[in-house]
Amino acid sequence: MSLHVDEAKTPGRAPRMTISIGIVICFCIMAVVIICALFGSSVAPDSPFTQRLEVGDTPPSAEFLAGTDLLGRDVLSRVIYGAWTALVGPIVVAVGAWMIATVLGLVSGYLGGWVDSAIMRWVDFMLALPAPLIAIVVVGVVGGGYWTAVMVLIILFTAPDTRIVRSAVLEQRPRPYIDAARALGISKTRILFVHILPNVLPIILAYVVLDFAFALVNLAGLSFLGLGVEPGTPDWGRMLFENRTILFTNPVALLLPAAMVILTAVSMNLIGDWLFERLTR
Amino acid sequence: MIRSGVARLILMRLAVAIPLLLIISFGIFSLVHVAPGDPVRALLGTRPSDPETLASLRARYHLDDPFIVQYGKWLGQVVQGDLGRSISGNRLVLSSIKERAGVTIYLCLVSTVIVLVAGILLGMFAAFRRGGRLDRFVVMFGVFGISSPAFVTGIFLLYVFGVVLGWFPTFGAGRGFLDRFWHLTLPSVALALSIMAIVVKITRTSMIEVMERDYVAFARARGMSMTRITFAYILRNALIPVVTAGGIIVIGFLANAIYVEVTFAIPGLGSLIVDAVQKRDIPLIQGTTLVFAVFVVVINLVVDVIYTMIDPRIRFGAVQS
Repeated sequence: MSLHVDEAKTPGRAPRMTISIGIVICFCIMAVVIICALFGSSVAPDSPFTQRLEVGDTPPSAEFLAGTDLLGRDVLSRVIYGAWTALVGPIVVAVGAWMIATVLGLVSGYLGGWVDSAIMRWVDFMLALPAPLIAIVVVGVVGGGYWTAVMVLIILFTAPDTRIVRSAVLEQRPRPYIDAARALGISKTRILFVHILPNVLPIILAYVVLDFAFALVNLAGLSFLGLGVEPGTPDWGRMLFENRTILFTNPVALLLPAAMVILTAVSMNLIGDWLFERLTR
Repeated sequence: MIRSGVARLILMRLAVAIPLLLIISFGIFSLVHVAPGDPVRALLGTRPSDPETLASLRARYHLDDPFIVQYGKWLGQVVQGDLGRSISGNRLVLSSIKERAGVTIYLCLVSTVIVLVAGILLGMFAAFRRGGRLDRFVVMFGVFGISSPAFVTGIFLLYVFGVVLGWFPTFGAGRGFLDRFWHLTLPSVALALSIMAIVVKITRTSMIEVMERDYVAFARARGMSMTRITFAYILRNALIPVVTAGGIIVIGFLANAIYVEVTFAIPGLGSLIVDAVQKRDIPLIQGTTLVFAVFVVVINLVVDVIYTMIDPRIRFGAVQS
């Protein structure tokens, strides 16, 4: 009876197939974004900075496939160039936050005691803060645009990430190989970084990808409020901010960057989930 | 016994919430000094820098006192409800906040209703039809919801329902209850969509878990109707994780409300904060941020208490420990 229930519970082969096709599409989308970010100048049909004030904002045409913005700049080229800030910042945020979180989580989970409580109290405090609001206010007041935003996000992301690493370490701690390593007289640092770290690394890797998606959305949001990248930079969030007034005349100038934010974030989220399932099983 | 347990719990939570608020307020106060340049200049804004104005600013913000004393005096004024005057417009910060808060509360309330009703229903049906078409749709919807921020969904809604179909206005908050409802429909939906994903996901997962419990199997064996089991047994237990996530949900609401208000040009608290930040109006930033932060901390406190009250297991656990 129970076996039967279990069988009915797991969906058949078909959904798994669709998931893997989905993952292939996600990787393709990310490949396109990466190519745009690295080789923007050869991919884009036009410079993203050339202004044609006499043309102004026009809907898509044969000359400008996605139309032009208020200053007559080619929207398609700006979206292609925008892939750069959409990749670099989120990568720095995800990798930076996870590097700090890994060290803190390893130390906190393995050493325990007052170190653990100190780090965990700090994590609790950070998690109680309204993070998005803090990002807006700090970036707005301190200034410095994009890279200040990246720094603030690293700090805000570190807290929840530390908690994840810590619980992964706690899961490893009672295992026999740790006892064995200890019995051999191996130093704490070596146990932490040579023995425990490789075992928690797969989880971290999956979460780095998920953090990337989250950082992308947050950085785009700050740029959308006019707080991220410098004015004039081709950036998806910034385009949503600058082109808000031409929603009626050339909606593509808003819809294209908006769609790119969603597509990239969805792809990375799905890739992260997929990695998580593959690596932690 | 129960009452003393809850009282103790509230006290314990307050013991955490009050230091938290103090630290937050200290951070907010420090903004004056974090801003690039001289604090007096930051507070002066675009006003003429005659000695008289400068002196009054120094006196108002106690800039000649040591830092900690400055903070103490500022906090004293804030506790008495004096949030100072905004630089741009020279208005009382508190009255600006009062004027704008109504729209934001309206927006969040409409959105909360959508999230709770639609989110829980979707999560419930997905759990019942696990592996089916609806379930897969709900899971995909969850991924999209988490990945697409409110300002992006907002732009798509604005384009489809505001520009192409022309059913809803594209900016403003409207006057009177019905007109306001009409103006705030799209923004509420945009706000709800960004939060609903979390609620749907949690409801679905915990419904699936609860449905497998022995007491559900036993209730079915006793021949109870599925509707009764669903509401009296499954839903009641499955919604506990939703309440637990209440804190994250509230923070999500407020943060996304800021973006939604900017997207739809709604004159609420969120757009007030963004305005203040863009103009670097320090007193206004301090006031609005403080109100938001206090709100978040208080709601988290309330959620914690509600959650221990609806689940006796946690309550007695807390009493024992």
